[in-house]
Amino acid sequence: MRSSVMRLGNITMVGLRAIARNKMRSFLTALGIIIGVGCVIAVVAIGNGATKSVENTINSLGTNYIMLFPGASTSSGARMFTGNSTLTADDAEAIKTECPAVAYVSPTVRAAAQVVAGELNWGTSIQGVSEDYPLIRSWNVSQGTFFSDQDVKSASKVCVLGSTVVDNLFPNGEAVGQIVRIKNVPFKVLGVLDKKGGNMMGQDQDDTIIAPYTTVMKRLSGKTKIDMIQLSAVSAGQVQEAQNQIDGVLRQRHRIPPKGDADFQMRSQEEIAQASGQQTAILRLLLLVIAAISLLVGGIGIMNIMLVSVTERTREIGIRMAIGAKGRHVLLQFLFEAVTLAIVGGALGIAFGVGASLAVKHFLQWPIVVTTASVVLSFGVAAFVGIFFGFYPARKAARLDPIDALRYE
Amino acid sequence: MPQNVIEIHGLTKIYTMGEVEVRALAGLDLVVDSGEFLAVMGPSGSGKSTLMNILGCLDRPTAGSYLLDGVDVSKLDRDERAVIRNAKIGFVFQSFNLLARTSAVENVELPLIYGDLGWSRAERHQAAMHALDRVGLKGRENSHPSQLSGGQQQRVAIARALVTEPAMLLADEPTGNLDSRTSEEIMGIFQKLNDSGKTVVLITHEPDIAQHARRVVTVRDGIIQHDEKVEQHRVDLRGIPPPVAPVAAEATR
Ligand SMILES: Nc1ncnc2c1ncn2[C@@H]1O[C@H](COP(=O)(O)OP(=O)(O)OP(=O)(O)O)[C@@H](O)[C@H]1O
Ligand SMILES: [Mg+2]
Repeated sequence: MRSSVMRLGNITMVGLRAIARNKMRSFLTALGIIIGVGCVIAVVAIGNGATKSVENTINSLGTNYIMLFPGASTSSGARMFTGNSTLTADDAEAIKTECPAVAYVSPTVRAAAQVVAGELNWGTSIQGVSEDYPLIRSWNVSQGTFFSDQDVKSASKVCVLGSTVVDNLFPNGEAVGQIVRIKNVPFKVLGVLDKKGGNMMGQDQDDTIIAPYTTVMKRLSGKTKIDMIQLSAVSAGQVQEAQNQIDGVLRQRHRIPPKGDADFQMRSQEEIAQASGQQTAILRLLLLVIAAISLLVGGIGIMNIMLVSVTERTREIGIRMAIGAKGRHVLLQFLFEAVTLAIVGGALGIAFGVGASLAVKHFLQWPIVVTTASVVLSFGVAAFVGIFFGFYPARKAARLDPIDALRYE
Repeated sequence: MPQNVIEIHGLTKIYTMGEVEVRALAGLDLVVDSGEFLAVMGPSGSGKSTLMNILGCLDRPTAGSYLLDGVDVSKLDRDERAVIRNAKIGFVFQSFNLLARTSAVENVELPLIYGDLGWSRAERHQAAMHALDRVGLKGRENSHPSQLSGGQQQRVAIARALVTEPAMLLADEPTGNLDSRTSEEIMGIFQKLNDSGKTVVLITHEPDIAQHARRVVTVRDGIIQHDEKVEQHRVDLRGIPPPVAPVAAEATR
């Protein structure tokens, strides 16, 4: 027993020496696995990060959240939008007064503009909303105040800034009370919004300016229709009821019969999460396929080199057999070599993948989530690849006839 | 008391290459006693190497029996033959067959790695060093084959064959790649080993070399044609490395 354990140790040493003797080739062989595992880890980390931040963003909408936007849905459920919005501020007003299950309503219009403050300027997106917006999104100001219903009614030239905009236009942080010029229209800064941080698919939610929708329509976009309406139900349990009530009110206002195609669509937070969950699942499946293929390629690389190595070392195998190596000693030697290459490659790949992920996180500010599961799994797969693809060449070596092997030139 | 180490009856080896059958051994009989020094001669293609490979359990006969130490090894499977090769036989090749890029002492340790002795690393190393000492290579243990002369490489190969203390050494033209002076040195080593009790069987083409043996058999067309004792056994120890101190040899037993 003792001797067979010791012999195993000796034979693994033999395998290690062979790797050490051909350092460059061993490295190149392992490179397939290194890159495969590294990519799997990095891509999974980036994918996880993206998924996580999308989930965070969606969750931050709150369970009461409903989004209402123009455009008919086709029978397949795909959104159709012809470009002409069918929603008006009056629709929003009507929903607020006529739907008891709806708590807050905010028409939303968007515009993009260059914003100037003193010497500095910054291109960002402008969102026109109502005074209900902070309540719908649970997004409060950290400094100053949000604008009031009075500001909305009178289309005051006031705004609140996202923290990214403050960083760029007011590096010293003193934004409240200052004037910013958007398309040459002066807006008074009433407040600064809480930092949201979590960004959806690389979009910085804090890179925005929020102003009364009336002001944005009148002064900036010149549109008479609104882009969408954001609402919240009185409670999570009332979301379905609120959607039914909104549907009734809008069909009446837009003169659409109960069975006819609506010219608007609604999505609750739950529905948005589901849709994004499906996309995530597809993304994950794709990553898995890429991972499997890259590891397969790495494994074939190992098998290829091991086969070359067995052929090249036929004479060595013959010598070992002539002095008493059994088939299984030779099998173990080559198998061990392949598995070592795969495992060392896997370990280097993990280091490379984690390093690349951290670099991406640091330099591109992408959200990155390296999970232990992906590390453990890819390491396990690398070891398995070594055994699986190392076995055939090793068995080929073990089955050589000592005489033939010795005669091999 | 002399005992049969090798006992062969009706040994036949037929190589089939497509349609053609080559009868390399044609029912050969041979008995070798313990402690004998036997030289095998014969023209090229007569079946000497084929015989030697079967004696060394590297190959199996097509027919016939081969008793090694009273055990019929012609029916053994691959693994069982590997054990015999490791424990009972030391094989020396014409082309040395050392592992490249591996030091002399590591080459000599190799059979011990595959053996059943259960020795520690230190014990294996010590045994290998002792074997190198016996063939006069003390001090060259860390040299790689590429750094050694042909004669020195063959000495390493002999040390490797010795290290498991087999009762029998087989050598297929061990001096075939060496000049005559070096050949004498190598034969001196074989003679010393034979004197210390090892059975030695070697193949050679050169009558000079064969004169070191005590018995010469001539193979022709796969059978033994002549079998004679050497009357004037050559004891020419010129150029032989310093003999092993018997004390040192005893110490490792
Ligand atoms: N693997 C093989 N396949 C087919 N024929 C073989 C094989 N090995 C040997 N032979 C044939 O068997 C016969 C005996 O060969 P062997 O190698 O035993 O001769 P030998 O006496 O050692 O010759 P030499 O003195 O040249 O080494 C030869 O005719 C040879 O061609
Ligand atoms: Mg021959």
